[in-house]
Amino acid sequence: MDIFQSVLLTIATASTPLLIAAIGELVVERSGVLNLGVEGMMVIGAVCAFAASYLTGNPWIGVLAGILAGAVLSLLFGVLALSFATNQVATGLSLTLLGIGLSGMIGEDLVGRAGERLPNLDIPVLTDIPVIGRLLFGQDPLFYVSIALTAAVMWFLFRTRTGLTLRAIGDNHKSAHALGISVLKYRYLAVMFGGACAGLAGAHLSLVYTPQWVENMTAGRGWIALALVVFASWRPWRVIGGAYLFGAVTIGQLHAQALGFGIPSQLLSSLPYLATIVVLVLISRDRRLTVMNTPASLAQPFVPDR
Amino acid sequence: MKKILFALTATVALTAAGGAFAQDKFKACFIYVGSKTDGGWTQAHDIGRQMVDKELGDKVETVFLENVPEGPDASRAIERFARSGCGIIFTTSFGFMDQTVAAAEKFPDVKFEHATGYKTAPNLTTYNSRFYEGRYIIGQIAGEVSKTGVAGYIASFPIPEVVMGINSFLLGARSVNPDFKLKVVWVNTWFDAGKEADAAKALIDQGVDVITQHTDSTGPMQVAEERGIKAFGQAFDQIEAGPNAQMTAIEDTWGPYYVKQIKAAMDGTWEGGKSSWDGLKDGILSMAPYTNMPDDVKAQAEETQAKIESGELHPFTGPIKKQDGTEWLKEGEVSDDGTLLGMNFYVEGVDDKLPQ
Repeated sequence: MDIFQSVLLTIATASTPLLIAAIGELVVERSGVLNLGVEGMMVIGAVCAFAASYLTGNPWIGVLAGILAGAVLSLLFGVLALSFATNQVATGLSLTLLGIGLSGMIGEDLVGRAGERLPNLDIPVLTDIPVIGRLLFGQDPLFYVSIALTAAVMWFLFRTRTGLTLRAIGDNHKSAHALGISVLKYRYLAVMFGGACAGLAGAHLSLVYTPQWVENMTAGRGWIALALVVFASWRPWRVIGGAYLFGAVTIGQLHAQALGFGIPSQLLSSLPYLATIVVLVLISRDRRLTVMNTPASLAQPFVPDR
Repeated sequence: MKKILFALTATVALTAAGGAFAQDKFKACFIYVGSKTDGGWTQAHDIGRQMVDKELGDKVETVFLENVPEGPDASRAIERFARSGCGIIFTTSFGFMDQTVAAAEKFPDVKFEHATGYKTAPNLTTYNSRFYEGRYIIGQIAGEVSKTGVAGYIASFPIPEVVMGINSFLLGARSVNPDFKLKVVWVNTWFDAGKEADAAKALIDQGVDVITQHTDSTGPMQVAEERGIKAFGQAFDQIEAGPNAQMTAIEDTWGPYYVKQIKAAMDGTWEGGKSSWDGLKDGILSMAPYTNMPDDVKAQAEETQAKIESGELHPFTGPIKKQDGTEWLKEGEVSDDGTLLGMNFYVEGVDDKLPQ
């Protein structure tokens, strides 16, 4: 395997969980809900995916378990933040705490066990094309899922009536309510989609990225995903750009270190964050774009009869 | 964020500890930087604690606090332990040093033990393990088995402990292959399986065929297994993550030390202001079975280990030059412990600029 392709493959693996989690959260936020519990749902997804895969020996069942676990945990957020209209920031934060604690408990006996890796795609002939074969036709299945998911969300949000309704709710839930739209139903579904995506991202970590379970293995990736949504100014295609920019700079700095350029490693390690900030500043210069895309009723609780 | 999480775990753990604290058992407390099932550094400490439970369980009660972040936050955890009746407190990470010193001053009646640091006080003793002895052995193995003559080193933070390990590894490798090269990647974390795995991939892509790590997860070991190269386990036998990759592992065995110190603390013979620094011969570290390597390399590794244990061989014996080419140790001169514990320079041949 040539180094060029190998580096790109590493970047894709590092970026995929960020992309999946961020695209889910994007839909949640587009509906006007801020769920800060991505990290918690992700880590629960990771442990449940690993546990299911370990017990059944089938990583695909693991993937399903991860998705389900994320969705179930997000439902808890939904009940509190939507039905009981609690403060979304506080509820999301506690969801993260709950997820990290709960996953540690579930996974106590799974630490250090060798897990099954989700097999890479392997198409005869196509996968063996030099330079681009592995990249296009030989990656892990969840990579393709992440791209398809992004495309589907783009299409859904901007090309379907339901997507338009969802965005309308995110911008002004009172008007939407007045029009007879069931705000809470849409928001519940959006929140659960976000949870399922976070769970899937977690499954990627424990079944593809590093096929094992260790406590707190998300290591802050849920927070990066949250930041990516803002970075992308709530636009799906920009989430891809953000996730891959972050992944590329992260991997690139490791290579720069291994090459021994003599640049201080602390500076290199901060590069992914610096790069993100620089791009964010550049994007924010166009106020029209940012303001127009920010869901106006983001994080505001909605009580139908008020 | 981390703070909230930490406060919560701290509260929960201390409540649990308080409940069981009715009898007048001696209380020994442990502060962990990671999770007690991390498969590496912290788990090794926790196994040591369990040994205390087993051997002194009828007289001693052990309490621990996991996932305590290094830095100022650690103060709260240590001080709450000190107030809750702990007779002796073990803080098990380098980054707890200044907080442990501060707490020792504030609570003169409590005994403190800090792992891998270099600051002591009348009621604060430090303990450490001569990991560099193990790293010399694995360096030598790498020097023998590597075909490309380049090894990759995944490093956490540029503290003396880690720098010492890198130097010792390279000295070991160069003892059998004078042209051996070492690529170092700093990941600035002790524990992030994904990032450690990424670093391993980057190193392998750049042509190293042996990797070793001074971080605590099994991520790199898995990558080594997947890519068919060799690696060494860290702090813990990681053979399950790399059945074909792990050649050996440097295992930490803290239990006997904990038992000894707690016994001393109970019968009044415990002394503060000491620095204990034991090595292979004392059993505080040991090597996992040598495997996945040719028999002659294995025999050589065993011989080197025996020489280090008998005191015949000290990894840091001159002539050794610093990275910039200036002389550090003359022919036959052995480094003193003080220089090693404060090591802030590379030896000649490391292909990296030491972060300052």
